Amino acid sequence: MTDIAPAIELKGISKAFGPVQANKDIAIRVMPGTIHGIIGENGAGKSTLMSILYGFYKADKGEIFISGRKVQIPDSQAAIAAGIGMVFQHFKLVENFTVLENVILGAEDGAMLRPSLAKARRELKALAEEYGLNVEPDAVIEDIGVGMQQRVEILKALYRQADILILDEPTGVLTPAEADQLFRILERLREEGKTIILITHKLREIMEITDTVSVMRRGEMTATVKTANTSPPELAELMVGRKVLLRVDKEPAKPGAKVLEVRDLNITDDKGVHRLKGVSFEVRAGEILGIAGVAGNGQSELLEVLGGYEKATGEILVNGEKIDLTGSKSDGQSRRARGIAHVPEDRQREGLIMDYFAWENMVFGYHHDPKYQRNRLLMDNAAIKKDTADKMERFDVRPPDPFLQAKSFSGGNQQKIVLAREMERDPDLLLIGQPTRGVDIGAIEFIHQQIIALRDQGKAILLVSVELEEILSLSDRIAVIFDGKMMGERLPADTDENELGLMMAGMTKGEAA
Amino acid sequence: MERMPKWADVILVPLVSLILAAIISALVILAIGENPWAALKLMVSGALGSSYGWGYTLYYATNFIFTGLAVAIAFHARMFNIGGEGQAILGGLGVAIVCLYIPWPHWTLAILGATAGAALFGAAWAVIPAFLQAKRGSHIVITTIMFNFMAAALLNYLLVNQLKAPGMEPATSKFPEATNLPSFQDMFSFGETTLFRGTPANVAFFVAVLACIAIWVLIWKTRLGYEIRAFGHSESAAKYAGISPTKIIMVSMIISGGLAGMMAVNNVMGEAERLVLNAVEGAGFIGIAVALMGRSHPFGVFLAAILFGFLYQGGAELALWTSIPREMIVVIQALVIMFTGALDQMVRAPLEKVFIAFNKPQPEPQAKPQAKMGG
Amino acid sequence: MDLLFNIQVWDSTIRLATPLLLACLAGLFSERSGIFDIGLEGKMLAAAFLSAAVAYTSGNAWIGLLAGIGASMALAALHGMASITFRGNQLISGVAINFLAAGLTVVVAQSWFSQGGRTPQLAGGARFEPIELPFAAALADVPMVGPVYADLISGQTILVYIALLCVPATWWLLYRTRFGLRLRAVGENPAAVDTAGVSVVGLRYAAVMICGVLCGIAGAYLATALQAGFTKDMTAGRGYIALAALIFAKWRPWYALSATILFGYLQAIALRPDLIEKTFGFDIQGQLLDALPFIMTVVILAGFVGKAIPPRAGGEPYVKER
Repeated sequence: MTDIAPAIELKGISKAFGPVQANKDIAIRVMPGTIHGIIGENGAGKSTLMSILYGFYKADKGEIFISGRKVQIPDSQAAIAAGIGMVFQHFKLVENFTVLENVILGAEDGAMLRPSLAKARRELKALAEEYGLNVEPDAVIEDIGVGMQQRVEILKALYRQADILILDEPTGVLTPAEADQLFRILERLREEGKTIILITHKLREIMEITDTVSVMRRGEMTATVKTANTSPPELAELMVGRKVLLRVDKEPAKPGAKVLEVRDLNITDDKGVHRLKGVSFEVRAGEILGIAGVAGNGQSELLEVLGGYEKATGEILVNGEKIDLTGSKSDGQSRRARGIAHVPEDRQREGLIMDYFAWENMVFGYHHDPKYQRNRLLMDNAAIKKDTADKMERFDVRPPDPFLQAKSFSGGNQQKIVLAREMERDPDLLLIGQPTRGVDIGAIEFIHQQIIALRDQGKAILLVSVELEEILSLSDRIAVIFDGKMMGERLPADTDENELGLMMAGMTKGEAA
Repeated sequence: MERMPKWADVILVPLVSLILAAIISALVILAIGENPWAALKLMVSGALGSSYGWGYTLYYATNFIFTGLAVAIAFHARMFNIGGEGQAILGGLGVAIVCLYIPWPHWTLAILGATAGAALFGAAWAVIPAFLQAKRGSHIVITTIMFNFMAAALLNYLLVNQLKAPGMEPATSKFPEATNLPSFQDMFSFGETTLFRGTPANVAFFVAVLACIAIWVLIWKTRLGYEIRAFGHSESAAKYAGISPTKIIMVSMIISGGLAGMMAVNNVMGEAERLVLNAVEGAGFIGIAVALMGRSHPFGVFLAAILFGFLYQGGAELALWTSIPREMIVVIQALVIMFTGALDQMVRAPLEKVFIAFNKPQPEPQAKPQAKMGG
Repeated sequence: MDLLFNIQVWDSTIRLATPLLLACLAGLFSERSGIFDIGLEGKMLAAAFLSAAVAYTSGNAWIGLLAGIGASMALAALHGMASITFRGNQLISGVAINFLAAGLTVVVAQSWFSQGGRTPQLAGGARFEPIELPFAAALADVPMVGPVYADLISGQTILVYIALLCVPATWWLLYRTRFGLRLRAVGENPAAVDTAGVSVVGLRYAAVMICGVLCGIAGAYLATALQAGFTKDMTAGRGYIALAALIFAKWRPWYALSATILFGYLQAIALRPDLIEKTFGFDIQGQLLDALPFIMTVVILAGFVGKAIPPRAGGEPYVKER
């Protein structure tokens, strides 16, 4: 075999931010026409590495070679010129521009727009045919679906003649079916000789589509292996440095009385979009109902209604009594008074005030509770601080300092603060959204154990997660939501990721056959 | 990772901003042919060198404490209330009506009524912009600016028509004697010594101090303050916690408008003892500078208000004895707002670098995983 | 009906709307790029002063115009620096600039001219004179069209015609050029522009400087065309009214023209209480008329004339995602 230069090679890349070594001596070789995966948990340094490759940061040390030639990448323009195209996790599209305008932005041909648009239209058609990336050039971005938007991002890179495509967590917002479509496209690109780097934290994806995979941990590359020669448990261990429990040990559930009953719930948001369409389900004491679904199918709105900051029509009963959905008692305070606690999907935007200290956050939502007041006018800050110190110890928050601001804690510890607050209220019903998003594996285990423990105390738990693994391992019953409707309920033992994936995409097993 | 110790954040950054503003002001003064150092000395002696100076400095400071607190509490709710000027005008209206049309037996009762009237009218002028922001998303900055212009027109109309005292001047009659507030001269002179002779500082200063304390308690010790600050940090989180955005916007603006209105107890009731056209004279805008310098903290507002009182009285002295016009104070005020408000990062970033450089030789902490790493 | 068809009123409207139009377009460029600018008032005021001062000293209104533009651009650069480079609060920066201009113009005017904070009266070449368009005299007697051409369209100062030309020019720049595409993009999603390899900072500074130029022309127009010299606080809230017009116009150039003409009309009829009395039969107080543009602004902002969606990234400093 002749000596083909790697499409991209990194040697000794290091980058520090103050005392934190985000990347240490990273070395990678990716051969052309292959798909290379990079896996690691949050904080492992993946994003820093990608930012260096795309010119957002300059590495302190190290070299980058493209097709054997050393290159400097001081900014995005240089990266594009070197043939690197990046598809970001959060799309970089202008929502009220058309597909065509987004594709040419920054790559216009000359100062006048009309000729650029005409040229781009022709090229887009050619690219679409060559790679099977069908898009409607005059569609406005905010009107097209997420899967199509991602295709626009890929087209942007191809239009700029990228040979190396880097995709950062591409399947986060896709249904399993859309993810499959993406993988077919990636395979096609690979056939045409493109090089693809796939950054993800999903072991399954690595196994399914990559040829080789590198594992990052704490800023270092701990291993690079051929995908065919490894397995998920091995990769997980490399990611964390110790054996990891991928499934939770739990006793079977002992469900009791009905705690939550939802009947024919409908939500229309303030843009007039019908988000929840006649949803009905129930949750009993001592059981976990897991709601699976791709982000954006109504589960967030469902949590918001239950949590008291969104309006709906229909009926909700807690412990047999109706909840006010639209009137004066439909707010978050009233919900909490009815024994509903809520760990929200986005802890930084909703669950915590990042600038508040831990002790201030520990009563967030419960600040009207008489036990936190000194008298009718003043709050009892001393009592709150003491209470917080206790809770932080019990929930293993690190460091257990009530006087640190929330933003100073890591993701996992922030989540533990929220959990401590909500769980210690001894609620009848606990709502949890995305409990382990942005949380590293060590904390994930702890959080899962706490959730199971609460269930075993006889509480009802409604779990919403986009991670199928989490749903399957924690839930006693699983419901799938798609396009605002419940697609059906299953027991974990009776189903698998394939069936759930189909339901999440709106299909039943029979339909897909 | 704490970049800078708390004391540096609270004291050093505003101090450096102030110094920068002072340097540029000095350059301007030089450019128009005057001596900045002499100007400074004149200001200090004129504003702080005698009880006469202090009598004016504290009088102006009282105005600025009220308007500064007004802006500060709105800032805590992330509302930028630029309407202090108009709200203070309305406060004056409230004071005038209370003093002219209710027969008060003694000033101790009159001041209670006047404070209530001033706060009520000031708050009323803030209600509509607050409501429009809460319910229609209309930007409160622009609506409050509009309401300033509208207040001036309203006052003009009333003082020329309904409320005018007999005569040519657009002003009300003098308030009855029973409503006259004791001045510092009345309060602090004894025996042969007359202090604060002829100066306008009056008992309203102590009302302002009380207001500072009350607002401090409100913001950090009460549920309402907790909710206001939470909303100010994050509207989405506030909604999650069951805090109503509408309630917070309305309440914070009402309190804000009320505080700005209360300034009238000092200038309309305490000094002028009648309502005239140009009663407020820019104090509402200086309140913005005061709140920014004082970092929206009542104690900081108190100190910043005294600073601006000094600038105001010093500026009046300058205008009297040099060719530097009174508008120079507006320039200084603008520079303070610019440096403490918008150019905050320009001051903060180099200071942070200095502190980080001093902290560097510390060894890496061994024990537990630290705060989030980059990327 | 006199109110609606009176040529003098419309003539006043055009003359009063011109500074509003220029300031509104200035704000349009800035806000479309994502930089909120409530400092239009201050820039106009600074330009008014310096243009009057230099026009007086040189005897030439054009040199005055250049000086005015320079003053406005200096303040624009300050706002840009605070908002873009130092990522500061854009609203506070705008407020500070307004105060800075208000104070500095009087201080310098007093220092230079010792006339209590104003410039001396401008005369002759130091002012822009009305221009008579070709055939105006000849066509004046033609029924209907004649007076409109002779008294309304002809006989404006050149800055009025320049302002009107700015409208199609702005439209063309925004929608037909590469620069315009990128400018609109940077106000909606600066990250999209940044990752495409185009400088966000460069685009925003360009927008801010264009804003400075247009405000400069607006201010110079006030002092050397509409009036004859600089007086303290002569902008009288026009910068804020222009902002309101911008929101009313939903940040689009041609709507900006109609919006500013509407506000100009309101200001024009405020000057003719006699006509108002004739039309409506009762007297409307002077103070109410003065306050009318401001009240209208509030009404517009209250959304009673439809919802206006600003550029998505407006007011937010751009920080690279790390």
